[in-house]
Amino acid sequence: MGNKQTVFTHEQLEAYQDNPFRQRIAQVFSEDGDGHMTLDNFLDMFSVMSEMAPRDLKAYYAFKIYDFNNDDYICVWDLEQTVTKLTRGELSAEEVSLVCEKVLDEADGDHDGRLSLEDFQNMILRAPDFLSTFHIRI
Amino acid sequence: MSRSLAFVLNVPETPQDPEDQEPSPYDESEVHDSFHQLIREQSRWVAEEGLELQHRALGAGALGASGSDRQALLGPEGAPVYSTATLRILASMPSRTIGRSRGAIISQYYSRTVRLRRRAGRPQLRDVGRSARPSLRLYDLELDPAVLEEDEKQGLLVKELQGLTVAQRDHMLRGMPLSLAEKRCLREESRPPRGKRRARGHGLLSCCSRLRESCILASHNLGLVLLSGLQALMPWHYALKRIGGQFGSSVLSYFLFLKTLLAFNTLLLLPLLAFIVAVQAAFPPAPSGSAPAFRGLELLTGGGCFTHTVMYYGYYSNATLNQPCASPLDGGQCTPEAGGLPYNMPLAYLFTVGVAFFITCITLVYSMSRSFGESYRVGSTSGVHAITVFCSWDYKVTQKWASRLQHDNIRTQLKELLAEGQLRQRPRRACGRLQQGAVLGLVWLLCLGTTLVCSLAVYTFSELVIQSRVSAEQDGALLALPLVVCLLNLGAPYLFRVLAVLERHDSPVLEVYVAICRNLILKVVILGILCYHWLGRRVGTLKDQCWEDFVGQELYRLMVMDFIFTLLDTLLGELVWRLISEKRSQRKGKPEFDIAGNVLELIYGQTLTWLGVLFSPLLPAMQIIKLLFLFYVKKTSLMANCQAPRRPWKASHMSTVFISLLCFPSFLGAAVFLCYAIWQVKPSSICGPFRTLDTMYEAGKVWVRHLEEAGPGVSWLPWIHRYLVESAFPIYLASALLLAVIYLNIQVVKGQRKVICLLKEQLSNEGEDKIFLINKLQRVYERKERSRVGRTEEAVMPPAVFTDDWDAQ
Repeated sequence: MGNKQTVFTHEQLEAYQDNPFRQRIAQVFSEDGDGHMTLDNFLDMFSVMSEMAPRDLKAYYAFKIYDFNNDDYICVWDLEQTVTKLTRGELSAEEVSLVCEKVLDEADGDHDGRLSLEDFQNMILRAPDFLSTFHIRI
Repeated sequence: MSRSLAFVLNVPETPQDPEDQEPSPYDESEVHDSFHQLIREQSRWVAEEGLELQHRALGAGALGASGSDRQALLGPEGAPVYSTATLRILASMPSRTIGRSRGAIISQYYSRTVRLRRRAGRPQLRDVGRSARPSLRLYDLELDPAVLEEDEKQGLLVKELQGLTVAQRDHMLRGMPLSLAEKRCLREESRPPRGKRRARGHGLLSCCSRLRESCILASHNLGLVLLSGLQALMPWHYALKRIGGQFGSSVLSYFLFLKTLLAFNTLLLLPLLAFIVAVQAAFPPAPSGSAPAFRGLELLTGGGCFTHTVMYYGYYSNATLNQPCASPLDGGQCTPEAGGLPYNMPLAYLFTVGVAFFITCITLVYSMSRSFGESYRVGSTSGVHAITVFCSWDYKVTQKWASRLQHDNIRTQLKELLAEGQLRQRPRRACGRLQQGAVLGLVWLLCLGTTLVCSLAVYTFSELVIQSRVSAEQDGALLALPLVVCLLNLGAPYLFRVLAVLERHDSPVLEVYVAICRNLILKVVILGILCYHWLGRRVGTLKDQCWEDFVGQELYRLMVMDFIFTLLDTLLGELVWRLISEKRSQRKGKPEFDIAGNVLELIYGQTLTWLGVLFSPLLPAMQIIKLLFLFYVKKTSLMANCQAPRRPWKASHMSTVFISLLCFPSFLGAAVFLCYAIWQVKPSSICGPFRTLDTMYEAGKVWVRHLEEAGPGVSWLPWIHRYLVESAFPIYLASALLLAVIYLNIQVVKGQRKVICLLKEQLSNEGEDKIFLINKLQRVYERKERSRVGRTEEAVMPPAVFTDDWDAQ
């Protein structure tokens, strides 16, 4: 894929500046993983976040977005990062760790202390709101 | 098991040069660019992972120790540092590779396509969570690079895709987590090649097939163009995007519901327009007296010069239109049309209203069941923390202040969940529970009492109106009853809200449900009393007048008053409240947009339309105009005056609840009213299409009798009428079958729940097995390491060592 007509840096995605996961979205969908997206990457992103994308595909990319250290598992550290970003750091450390523990209790199927992609997908199946929240209207 | 042991044996170890590691056990030179960097980093991390795992272990190990009986990966004894070989094996586990290898994705989708094509075995448990791991069948495909390169894997996938139908292929391609360019590539390759056909056939056959293909392609392109044009035509697309961006999915659900109602009304209006209104307008009956002049009041009361128009039931003739004059019609003109079709108006009226209602019913039930299927899952109430963390951030929201509100909402939600969890751990005192129960009971009593008072007021007022014998000329006075009804409908919900402050519910969602319930009871009771007033009392008092016209006009008046009061409510409730709250408190305390209340208003308006369709066929058109106005008014008021609700709002659950409410009390009530009016009430004898009959339904019976007399050619229709429609036995049979089907479905769901529990247990056992094996593996490598360090000069026989080690355990 050599047709790099325009390159967007993640600072240029003006409208989505207030999404706490904007950097992760840019990293996941960009080619080289550093947040610089070509037009094709941009299209990929909107294709995944559109209404027509199937649930499994959205769950796959959501998993990659929430996996901050890119080790194919959402571990406790990833969860803590997610919760902190969601609440803008306004929960105390004890509350954050309590929330992470409860999340692992609920979603970790094989009890290895972290969420794999299947655990995440099984949890998404039980959340019918996921399709309407993981959705950007164009 | 032996297979994995063989794999373990084959791994070469090079512990002496940890920097010079190959990235993974199999060649990744052809991977997708977006994972290239990740793989390079991953290989670096594999070496550093021991250190990282140690860091995380100190946190996770503590967590693991505090958890009940969860065997954390890193064990309770602290942080074991895994050897390089173990880490390399861990890095090559199937569950790890799916995130970074294009080859793994292609293999996975190859296996899925094969399964789809062969449709092997019994159907799965309802498409539940297809696993992301490459199946064990492809274990050798996956991890043996010498056998299959990635291009070959892609070729296999393309071949399998060619065996599917177009729809299945598109569905499969849409679900693949590859980039768009690659999907396009796969789709191009899996299309049937046209070159082959050209070479094979000559003459007419190839010409026909080429023509057919080009026709199909042209129609496909035309379909795409139409679809994109339709997208542009979709009303309010940009407006909905703005609303979603500023207020989130919860407020958006109200406007989407409004759009749905528009669609239902259009669906209802089209048959009525085509088969009743247009035909009668083309053949107008003789005008009876002069039409009164237009005064402005007609828009409010629906009477006056609107009375003898297509708007109301009384205008429609009771004879066969466009018939060559065989017998003189009373009051009708003899207009023989050469070659025209006779049109039986009463039959058409009855059938069209019936069919329109039937279509609406089917559409409603279908959309309700689809919404239900999407939003309810077995076991969906558990896992609320995980769902809040992962599914509650609304990516649609674009404004800074709106996303700040979202942050606040999520924080509040998490705090409430934690508090709830702690509360559940502490058992509540018995007298506290008793007190709360008493308060709840009291508030419910007060609300039901208010409803009773309101309904008595409506009943008394309606009796008063009958006794004061208001005639049709004094139009203005007829507005009194709708005014009273609308005032009560406006005031009582505010009273309910005030009373609800007294009770304290555990969950905010329950508050919303309780409020909806109370409002619904009030509206149902008031509408019930009005229906009795019309069909029970008005029919009697308007014996020699057109009571159907009157009922139609009453419903028109109710609709118009309802619209005016909604506008007033928007003005007072939102605009004035915002001004007051801004003056009172310096910071911006905008009123919340009351989603449940507004949706109930929409459902109430729609019920009025359905109740009045029989008596005023153009009522859906009024409702459409009203909904259009309402959209713009509500949108403007929302943007200017309101903020999003603070409480968590499960948008998809609530949409299901709304559409169920639209189906069950609303549509069902209107259908019951309609059936009663058609089957039991005597139509007035001076107007309308049924003026000579005992009941409206008799028009159908008369027609069936005509058919019987017509001859034996259509004898099956009267037979159907006599044995399936008139008799009660088929209904009993159908109900019994339906109950049996529902019971079987319940049993199936119970069985599925049991299977889910068993699978969860199995999963947890497998997880424990995995940890056990990893730890054993680690100990094996440690022992090897130690023995190698001890005996550097001797050549070690791996199998012997292994058998020794394994025997020792």
